[in-house]
Amino acid sequence: MTPAMVMLGGAGGALLRYLIDLRVQRGRTTAFPWGTLAVNVLGSALLGLLTSWVLAAGTAGGAVFALAGVGLCGSLTTFSTFGYDTVQLITQRRHRHAAANVVVTVLAGLAAALAGLLAGGALWG
Amino acid sequence: MTGTHRWDVLLAVAAGGALGSLARYALGAALPSPAGVATLLGNVAGCLALGALMAVLARQAPQPRLLRPFLGVGVLGGFTTFSTYVLDALATAYDGHLVAAFAYAAGSVLASLLAVVAGVTGARRLLDRPGRPA
Repeated sequence: MTPAMVMLGGAGGALLRYLIDLRVQRGRTTAFPWGTLAVNVLGSALLGLLTSWVLAAGTAGGAVFALAGVGLCGSLTTFSTFGYDTVQLITQRRHRHAAANVVVTVLAGLAAALAGLLAGGALWG
Repeated sequence: MTGTHRWDVLLAVAAGGALGSLARYALGAALPSPAGVATLLGNVAGCLALGALMAVLARQAPQPRLLRPFLGVGVLGGFTTFSTYVLDALATAYDGHLVAAFAYAAGSVLASLLAVVAGVTGARRLLDRPGRPA
């Protein structure tokens, strides 16, 4: 049951990531990977929210967390594209872009997850 | 929104995402503790593989149309994850292990960047090795 939920959420997360990335990057000429930043921040906020919820719901929330947390949020966010984009920026000698991508992605991801956790705590805590 | 997209590409992304997520879940189940180890290993392995994939695809003409959506965006994008990494770092900091949280956050990024470089370089070296038909 759990593996099927993870696969279903994972399919949806990857599809959402692909579509959001296309949408965000459309018409942009910048070398900065805004699309990947957007999905990583969005997914971190969502996983923070879901983590708060599952802490309140207990084992009853297991299947939902497998679908939406492990599957969807796990797959909506990505480390491989983030890493590859950063190395590409370094290779293109866009060092400031590369450093900004790392710092902004990590700090915004942490802040978004914390905001999600706190919002969830206020809702279900 | 999907009207302008090719259905086979969307299907390749979704199928890859399902498989990559399942593999990430299986890795997490095989290495349940300490928290963050499975995520770190998966992210580093996924970065290595994406570096190699992109180096191989750069030499392909014409590009196989569904390979990058399936393997790159789907499987490896779904196998690696950023949200769990961020929550693991926050949980470690919340438990009072601030140095460990910082080391995990910074170390994951550094290891992943090195893994991408290793993947690209390794694949290029294999492709360029003497005796390989052009």
